[in-house]
Amino acid sequence: MAEPHHRPQHGLQHGFGRVVVAIYAVFALSASARSLYQLATKASEAPIAYALSALAGVIYILATVALATNRRRLAAATISFELLGVLVVGLLTRVDAALFPDATVWSDFGVGYGFVPLVLPFVGLAWVLKSRR
Amino acid sequence: MIDTTAYAVFGLATAVAVWAAWKTIRHTRISDGMFYAISAVEIGTLLLLVVGIAGLSATKRDVEGTLLVSYLATLVLVPPITLVWGVAEKSRWGTGVVLIGMWTVAIMAIRVLQVWHG
Repeated sequence: MAEPHHRPQHGLQHGFGRVVVAIYAVFALSASARSLYQLATKASEAPIAYALSALAGVIYILATVALATNRRRLAAATISFELLGVLVVGLLTRVDAALFPDATVWSDFGVGYGFVPLVLPFVGLAWVLKSRR
Repeated sequence: MIDTTAYAVFGLATAVAVWAAWKTIRHTRISDGMFYAISAVEIGTLLLLVVGIAGLSATKRDVEGTLLVSYLATLVLVPPITLVWGVAEKSRWGTGVVLIGMWTVAIMAIRVLQVWHG
């Protein structure tokens, strides 16, 4: 009974981190579900785009797990990779659209997802750095 | 029928998302009222699942059935997961989680309609 109501909890998965994990979970689900569907139904149409969707899905899943279980180094590594991914793929889709005949989460800097894929890694990295004790 | 139900789910989820955003700004945790509101959204998604599968089996149009059912089935899971993850957080960010979850439901309801109409 002595436990106060608002005892501050530490760790990546508490406080604002709760929301960060929720957003990463949504992207883990949508990116991996999208790639599974694309690979299952039309793998030969745009193999690079679909393989990339699958890679993005795996990265989001790893980042979600890392954040939710307070694995700081894994979180930093996967989110950095995510940032690199959205920047490189975003740039490539602008420079040469023929490389990616079908869209991925990271195409055109994530325009299909309201640019959340571009903003999310910055929020994620900021959170990993800020919540360090 | 699918349109009406999907728009109802979209409207309800959007309303709860706006409410949750307000509560997050006001530093408020998930209340009993919000629990019932999320439950109402869940009932909506269950209804959409039933109506969607019924519509899919009745239509003669060429609809991407697997995609539609995956969306409908996933949609049913979002409110309970939102609740479990959000309730455990005893700060304002619990309602922040509700905002993300309900926003996701709203977007997915629209995606259901896009898939349904091809």
